[in-house]
Amino acid sequence: MKSSFHKIILALLLTPFSAFAEWGLNMTQGVTPISKEIYNMHMVTLWVVTVIGIVVFSIMFWSIFHHRKSKGAKAAQFSHSTTVEIIWTIIPLVIIIALAIPATQLLIKMDDTSEAKITLKATGIQWKWKYDYIDEGLTIYSVLDENSAEVSQRNSGKDPMQSENYLLDVDEPIVLPINTKIRILTTAADVIHAWWVPDLGWKRDAIPGFINDNWAIIEKVGVYRGQCAEICGKGHGYMPIVVKAVTMDEYTAWVNEKKLAQAAMKNTSDMVLTMEELMTKGESIYKAQCLACHQANGEGIKGVFPALAKSPIAVESGRRLEHIKQIIYGKNLMPAFGEQLSDVDIAAVTTYERNAWGNDTGDIVQAKEVSESRSK
Amino acid sequence: MSTLAHDDHHDHKPTGLKRWFFSTNHKDIGSLYLIFALTMFFVGGAMAMIIRAELFQPGLQFVDPQFYNSMVTVHALIMIFGAVMPAGVGLANWMIPLMIGAPDMALPRMNNMSFWILPFAFALLLSTLFMEGGGPAGGWTMYPPLVLQTGNAFPFLIFAIHFLGVSSIMGAINIIATVFNMRAPGMTLMKMPLFVWTWVITSFLLIAALPVLAGGVTMLLTDKYFGTSFFDAAGGGDPVLFQHIFWFFGHPEVYILALPAFGIVSQVIPAFSRKPLFGYASMVYATASIAILSFFVWAHHMFTVGLPIKGELFFMYATMLIAVPTGVKVFNWVATMWKGAMTFETPMLFSIAFVILFTIGGFSGLMLGITPVDFQYHDTYFVVAHFHYVLLTGAIFALMSAAYYWLPKWTGYMYDERLGKIHFWLSLISSNVLFFPQHFLGLAGMPRRIPDYNIQFADFNAISSIGGFAYGITQLLFVYIVIKCALGGKKAKPRVWEGAKGLEWTVPSPAPFHTFETPPKLTKEMLEH
Repeated sequence: MKSSFHKIILALLLTPFSAFAEWGLNMTQGVTPISKEIYNMHMVTLWVVTVIGIVVFSIMFWSIFHHRKSKGAKAAQFSHSTTVEIIWTIIPLVIIIALAIPATQLLIKMDDTSEAKITLKATGIQWKWKYDYIDEGLTIYSVLDENSAEVSQRNSGKDPMQSENYLLDVDEPIVLPINTKIRILTTAADVIHAWWVPDLGWKRDAIPGFINDNWAIIEKVGVYRGQCAEICGKGHGYMPIVVKAVTMDEYTAWVNEKKLAQAAMKNTSDMVLTMEELMTKGESIYKAQCLACHQANGEGIKGVFPALAKSPIAVESGRRLEHIKQIIYGKNLMPAFGEQLSDVDIAAVTTYERNAWGNDTGDIVQAKEVSESRSK
Repeated sequence: MSTLAHDDHHDHKPTGLKRWFFSTNHKDIGSLYLIFALTMFFVGGAMAMIIRAELFQPGLQFVDPQFYNSMVTVHALIMIFGAVMPAGVGLANWMIPLMIGAPDMALPRMNNMSFWILPFAFALLLSTLFMEGGGPAGGWTMYPPLVLQTGNAFPFLIFAIHFLGVSSIMGAINIIATVFNMRAPGMTLMKMPLFVWTWVITSFLLIAALPVLAGGVTMLLTDKYFGTSFFDAAGGGDPVLFQHIFWFFGHPEVYILALPAFGIVSQVIPAFSRKPLFGYASMVYATASIAILSFFVWAHHMFTVGLPIKGELFFMYATMLIAVPTGVKVFNWVATMWKGAMTFETPMLFSIAFVILFTIGGFSGLMLGITPVDFQYHDTYFVVAHFHYVLLTGAIFALMSAAYYWLPKWTGYMYDERLGKIHFWLSLISSNVLFFPQHFLGLAGMPRRIPDYNIQFADFNAISSIGGFAYGITQLLFVYIVIKCALGGKKAKPRVWEGAKGLEWTVPSPAPFHTFETPPKLTKEMLEH
């Protein structure tokens, strides 16, 4: 009885704001039990401060209109009143205690990640997300989609207004089952990132060397989008998160399918491609993985990211092995791609880099050479 | 009156370069601080215009993401350390000796040094924008490991911050020494104007907080160049440690910016209400409690780093508790206006706007303090809106109020009231068009510090940018008003405002080069309450 009364009150309070929701004015209610509670807590606080504001400012404006010299007001000379001062210290104290109690309960609930059915580890890397489905032994990398990457180039001449999911789409979305408690771990490989999908109700920093844990039960099938929320360098605005929530059966099917596809991808060391095939493949990999730093023209950014165009490592024949190994193992700021890219991918992108932007070495690197470089 | 004539008689001063470079006069150094702050306000403002221009539409039109990030970073550093803080110190320099009946600051040579460090510190910082690799771009919070990826700009950033810290600490020591040693006989601590009180408390905050920042950035320096790993997990360090150090400085820093504003508003509202400040003693205690509490709330900037739940609860409660003394202040200002005989000259308008808009910033601050909900708000435009309400329509509106309030005392001429009011209304409208929609952007899910965004955020960003440009242009009007006032106009009386009380109004306008060479004999009318 009592709780339904509360619900009615809450519903009445929320009505004027829920109309705004379609305008993108207010926080999303989200699709997890926690996100809904957070939304309610947000609305209650918003109403509390709105009412306080209306009361205080009304008194103030009443005074401004009536106690003005031009209306012949004579200034009173009182300067304190202990009673009033005690009252207006105690009332705010009571209000914040009333807000702190439900906030504490909610926080304790959010903290409990026990009994999760699935564990997903999200690793922030400049500037992409790596996801490990810990129980399945499945790893996927999620990078900004090609369309957004192209449109978002400075003066690309393409109108972002034409793409609905501009900067909120990835090449490989993560898939998660609904109505299942999922533990989501966050960490990072280089700098601090933050994993945030508003519909799940929270964000959490991804910190190199540390693992944070959180949880979510998604209640509705759908696609939920988010972004990195902690500044992490120039690509900070370009590492979105896409969660596809599906039924448990579809999830299991997806995992199996993904595993098979990845197993096939691992065995690429015997593939032999033509120069043209390598260049085409290499260009698309370069665009997805390398362009953010080394730029479309291979010139890099002076003082920060080295150029590849006319760079000795990408031109001199004696440094061919070094070139391949740097892509596999990384160097300084450059992340290692050996785990993320297959042999044929690395072969293609190396070939591309050795022949694009006037490098014109004519070098052809095949998957076999990459595979051998891994063990050298 | 005879003391005044005496002052006039000895009003000779050094001229030319000597007067400004070697100055030990609190009024000249105060003016230097204020002019410097205004200059930096426009430098930082120009960066804000670049940011708003880039965000006007989705897509990248004007700058690269790396440069965008450095604009975000340097804009914050310039506005905090170059505009708001020096403006506050400038006001303190000019007004504190006049308000407590002292002939000058206690340590005049140090006063000169603390000012002249500033231009060099900012030359270091701004020079990085012209370096290969660009300026610092990891955010003004300088979180490692990202900040360690900064190129040649890195040591310049660190040393600029060291210099700024040294300058501020010297300024703070000077204010404390002045207030505790040089008050006129009869000016007891609890009779001091509230502006003086807020600056004493701010000075203690500076002395306690800035060395912590200096330590933190030095650890960054050794991490980058000397092989230490304070903040590197691979070497046994902890990146989050820096955030604890930074915000142990950073939260008191927020009050370093805000408390002098409280002081200004507590001078202006009684003057134009023609009524004593309500609850003087509780104002002093509330300011002190805010200052003390500010050292126990730092981790509310870091709720999402994964603190233990007990820590999160502690910092949530402590943060919410700040609402109480802050509320007391707002209620006191309203009660001061209540049953007064108000007039609405430009200083009063800015102060009233401060009370309302700072309170709105306080409301969003309370919302942000509720940890579970902060997991949604954190690092979004909701936060950007929050701190700009507190700092722009808060601190900067109060500084504008102070400038109009005391300009006639500084220049000897009245400013153009009509233009002042136009400046106020344009500032009020444009700043709200600029920042109010950012609440919506944040709630709808736009992260902060991104150069480009999804199309769902396009409309509010366009509105916000229009407000931003309007606000920027409006501030040029302020420069015109100040210059016009300095050059001439209606002569100002010693007591410029009918209801203004306090010692500064007993000296002529403009205030002579030397004042209170012999301590004034305080009468009841000279005191504010």
